[in-house]
Amino acid sequence: MTEATIDMTTTAVLKANTATSGGREEFAHTISGTIGKPYLDGKDAKFFCRGVNVFYAGEKQAIFDVNMDIGRNEVISMIGPSGCGKSTFLRCLNRMNDTIAGCRVTGDIKLDGEDIHDKEQDPVLLRARVGMVFQKPNPFPKSIYDNVAYGPRLHGLASNRAELDDIVEQSLTKAGLFKEVKDRLQAPGTGLSGGQQQRLCIARTIAVSPEVILMDEPTSALDPIATATIEELIDELRASFTICIVTHSMQQAARISQRTAYFHMGYLVELNDTKTVFTNPQHQLTENYITGRFG
Amino acid sequence: MSTTTERVKATLGKRYAREKRFRFYGLASIALSILFLVILLADIIGKGYPAFTSTYIKLDVQLDAQTLGVSADSTPEQLRTANYNTVVQNSLNTLIPGVTERKEKKALKSLVSGDAQYELQRRVMDDPTLIGTNQSVWVLADDDIDTYYKGNIDRTLPEGDRRIKDFQLTWLDKLEADGRIESQFNTIFFTRGDSREPEEAGILSALIGSFYTLLVTLSLSFPIGVAAALYLEEFAPKNNFWVDLIEVNINNLAAVPSIVFGLLGLAVFIQLFGVPRSAPLVGGLVLTLMTLPTIIIAARAALRAVPPSIREGALGIGASKTQTVFQNVLPLAMPGILTGTIIGMAQALGETAPLLMIGMIAFIMDVPSSVTSPSTVLPVQIYLWSDSPERAFTERTSAAIMVLLAFLVSMNLLAVILRKRFERRW
Repeated sequence: MTEATIDMTTTAVLKANTATSGGREEFAHTISGTIGKPYLDGKDAKFFCRGVNVFYAGEKQAIFDVNMDIGRNEVISMIGPSGCGKSTFLRCLNRMNDTIAGCRVTGDIKLDGEDIHDKEQDPVLLRARVGMVFQKPNPFPKSIYDNVAYGPRLHGLASNRAELDDIVEQSLTKAGLFKEVKDRLQAPGTGLSGGQQQRLCIARTIAVSPEVILMDEPTSALDPIATATIEELIDELRASFTICIVTHSMQQAARISQRTAYFHMGYLVELNDTKTVFTNPQHQLTENYITGRFG
Repeated sequence: MSTTTERVKATLGKRYAREKRFRFYGLASIALSILFLVILLADIIGKGYPAFTSTYIKLDVQLDAQTLGVSADSTPEQLRTANYNTVVQNSLNTLIPGVTERKEKKALKSLVSGDAQYELQRRVMDDPTLIGTNQSVWVLADDDIDTYYKGNIDRTLPEGDRRIKDFQLTWLDKLEADGRIESQFNTIFFTRGDSREPEEAGILSALIGSFYTLLVTLSLSFPIGVAAALYLEEFAPKNNFWVDLIEVNINNLAAVPSIVFGLLGLAVFIQLFGVPRSAPLVGGLVLTLMTLPTIIIAARAALRAVPPSIREGALGIGASKTQTVFQNVLPLAMPGILTGTIIGMAQALGETAPLLMIGMIAFIMDVPSSVTSPSTVLPVQIYLWSDSPERAFTERTSAAIMVLLAFLVSMNLLAVILRKRFERRW
């Protein structure tokens, strides 16, 4: 689609397009807070985020004043054009940004009412509660068994070999991988196919029994069949975990999530029920994105 | 045909020609390297292989109690100091009768090595019942005789130009005709230390010295180097002035002439800390300083090559920084670190200059028994022998180089096996 064919009737579109090509300020005033239902009024939120800002080295701001709640046992998807800050925001939730030199996070993030940036809060414990699956499958160069057993061993979750075997089997089963690998648990995890590797990474994450699983574009490196398997898996996992998923595929967001957040240039533009976001977006930027006008 | 197709076709020939040329250059460089290697090896082996045999002379000795001045019940001390010299001389006199002139007598005695009487001493001390019997014993010939039998003394030269005179040649011809001259495998070369007499000189003390020195070097430089690399790469703050300063200095240290490390070792380890001089301990310490930059630089490169996704994966499960580094990053970096270590150790094995500064050039006859006993190392031994005038030391120099190369190859082989083992764990 070329510029000429787009029916640009609103100023917002114009402003948004100038914004993508440069000046953040120009478009910033078109966003007045987050549209939709960012808060779970009255309901108990798993994650409570208020006024979250993220700065990278050199004071370059990546996230601007994000306010949102993430509910229990829901799948919330975060969408938006590349570089909009959705992954950066996701990494705030388990303090993975701590590992990036010069990265600074301000604002309030509470997990079950506890401030995750509190001095008492240990990032290691936090990451045991908030697991993460990455864009590129990254199994450790160990056997399938050792990959899954890595977390439980770290945290001393199993008191003997039988318990550990049990955790490994259950995690692999939950990740839908056990049937495929049960005869070769001692084979290297890196020898699996891409989709299997990603499910192994999911099994590795759920073996620690976290409360929340963060997924950063978990299917972007996989073929449609492997993607479908993982999407089904996410739906099943919702029963026991809260899942935050960053995705570039709007169809995926529509299929698997209950709520959808749209990020744009570091701002949380709209957060609403997935159905509403995709059928009746409130903000012009959201509409432009989901109808494929830019992004 | 479109213009693109035509243009591409026009340049194709040129492109392929360039590729062919480049391949040819590559092959030519490899061929040249192999050629030089073959020349070097052929030269060393050609010069060195005669050192693996020695000429022996068969003597009929009369070990009678009177000449020796001992009996079968004498104490070991008496047996040790018995008069074996006369026994050897007597047996030579019997073999070549009628030698009366003083000069000729001396020449007759020097047909056999000074080791001959000690050979008898060893035999008698092992078995005192030999006293009073007649024995046939193969004793080591002098190095000049050995050199002659290896074809390095031309008997057609005028007498004044050879180290073996005409009357000696007549004796040797007679001994050979009697079947009393034989070439045997040179076990002495592998079982003894250095000696002023080439036929008695061995490589063992230098070999063990090298082994101890490298042991000290490895056990210090590997852990220190890996720890330093791990800290700098994984824990140290990035873009910090002090960290950058340290990095620049490590890179500079890798280029410091090795003799400077020797001077430092002399001033610090020997003078200040009183570490025994000439010992593998101080040699190892000096070589550790020299090897550390190599290991640190290689280890940092290997750590940097570990994909960040592995670190993120471990951190994302709740591993601490240290657990991530030791359980996930280090095993993946290990093959690279081992390669760097082996390069460093190979450099250390071949190093001579800094060891001269700390007294490892000493003349060492005894095989060192610990890291603190005086010793020398293979490259220094090679240097010492190459400096000796005797013809027989020339071949021993080459033989020592062969031993050094064998040491190096077996060390590298061990590293390859270790690396394979680490890689097999994915």
